[in-house]
Amino acid sequence: MSVRATIVSQFEVVAGEQQRRLAPLTDDLKLLQSGLDSLSFAIIVARLEDELGFDPFNAEEAVEFPVTFGDFVRLYENSAG
Amino acid sequence: MWLWGAMCADGQVPAGAFHGSTTVVRLAALTGASSLDGRLEELRGRAVLIATKDQLTAALALIELDGVARRIVLCPPDLAAAYFPGVIETAGADAWVRDDAVPEENGAGLGVEVKAQPALVATSVKRQRSHETEWILLTSGTTGAPKLVLHTLGTLTSVILYQRARQPAASNAPVWSTFYDIRRYGGLQIFLRAALRGGSLVLSDPKESITDFLARASAAGITHISGTPSHWRRALMSGAAATIAPTYVRLSGEIADQAILDNLKLAYPGTGVAHAFASTEAGVAFEVGDGLAGFPATLVGAAGGPVELKVADGTLQIRSGGNALRYLGEQFAPIRGADGFVDTGDRVDLRVGRYHFMGRAGGVINVGGLKVHPEEVEAVINAIPWVRMSLVKARRNPITGAVVTAEVVLADETDVAGERPQGAELTREIIEACRRGLPAHKVPAMVRIVPSLEVSAAGKLVRPSA
Repeated sequence: MSVRATIVSQFEVVAGEQQRRLAPLTDDLKLLQSGLDSLSFAIIVARLEDELGFDPFNAEEAVEFPVTFGDFVRLYENSAG
Repeated sequence: MWLWGAMCADGQVPAGAFHGSTTVVRLAALTGASSLDGRLEELRGRAVLIATKDQLTAALALIELDGVARRIVLCPPDLAAAYFPGVIETAGADAWVRDDAVPEENGAGLGVEVKAQPALVATSVKRQRSHETEWILLTSGTTGAPKLVLHTLGTLTSVILYQRARQPAASNAPVWSTFYDIRRYGGLQIFLRAALRGGSLVLSDPKESITDFLARASAAGITHISGTPSHWRRALMSGAAATIAPTYVRLSGEIADQAILDNLKLAYPGTGVAHAFASTEAGVAFEVGDGLAGFPATLVGAAGGPVELKVADGTLQIRSGGNALRYLGEQFAPIRGADGFVDTGDRVDLRVGRYHFMGRAGGVINVGGLKVHPEEVEAVINAIPWVRMSLVKARRNPITGAVVTAEVVLADETDVAGERPQGAELTREIIEACRRGLPAHKVPAMVRIVPSLEVSAAGKLVRPSA
């Protein structure tokens, strides 16, 4: 599964668990308007680390926080090399 | 000292304003108006629960009731109805202030009920001090029921007053804001700073988006703003962080890692970024403004300041006039040790002249500034018939500082009546059970089924020390 597909699937699973209505995941969707709260993002990032084997936020350098869904995907894709 | 008296020092009425999400109250108006339905005097000498959803309503009640009530109990806005009877009994409350959003039943048994509102109503009000009011803050306990922590205005403001006596008043009064709720220690400190240093305060509202909140804070001209690292990460993720242009940004309530400090420096060039340590029981310990995670080792053992720090058994301990006095209720040990120091339970590690925070002793997990006691989550998991035992741990997380995870040992199939789910269904069921019995931040983000868990010679689960 591609990095993007893995991320989309985690967004959907966590939204379901947290009983939140997920907005359509377009690249320009603002993360804070996706329907998810901080806890949901925290869970997504933790599970993505297990699935993908890395956490791009936990880098040596400060990473720019993603604002849109597209930023979020790119952050992971770039870290995947 | 009493709050209104201190706010009106030198015979001046306070110049600032407190901003709720829908109402702005000029503090000077409190000289001839009240938010307490004209019934302030009925609350004199009583132990008063302040249970409002709205922050501005609570802020006004605190200003009006300090020096008037014998005791005020600050209920956080999310205090579950089930905990009210215990809080009322332990605090010996005999009156309460509520707003429309808090159900009347929560105050069952309280003799006096005052409906408060965030707007002031003109009334002849005599602001007069008759009591050294006790301030009761709630903090989460192992069983989920809150612990009641006794402070006074003196303990809550010891560091603020120390600083006020040494720093010249700013030519422009600060406009404070906080992502916190002022019913929690970190937010209460900001409320008291704003009240006692002639400033204004912009209060957050959980119903409001972060973008709207920052826009409102900006319109009010905020200069100083505080929140947890999780609040700040969320602000950065909103893309609206640049809406505000503060001169001072403060983090507390969770470990401030280097990444979030660097990110805030980038987002607010030229702004002072400071991280502070405080806890409900221990009070404020320090504030560090050098942009580096952790704190200088020279702070430990330093004398002459308002706060003394020491590190014992690997945890940070604090002795100061800001320490809480005690817990209410007989079942709790004293807050201060024999030497007067309060053990914060926060583990620190010395590396090259700097102490770094390593998480909580006793395994307490901090999820976005909210405490989780592993035992409380384990109790819910262990109540599932096909679970033998479980171990709940913290896992570091870049969004909320930590999330909760669980390792679960299943009971032998032969021991269990009924069918045990299989595969992924198993972990889903465990998470569902937690969701039914616990608030969201306490529900494990992930569950792993393990063959066994390590048990010590004393028969206790071996808990990770990191």
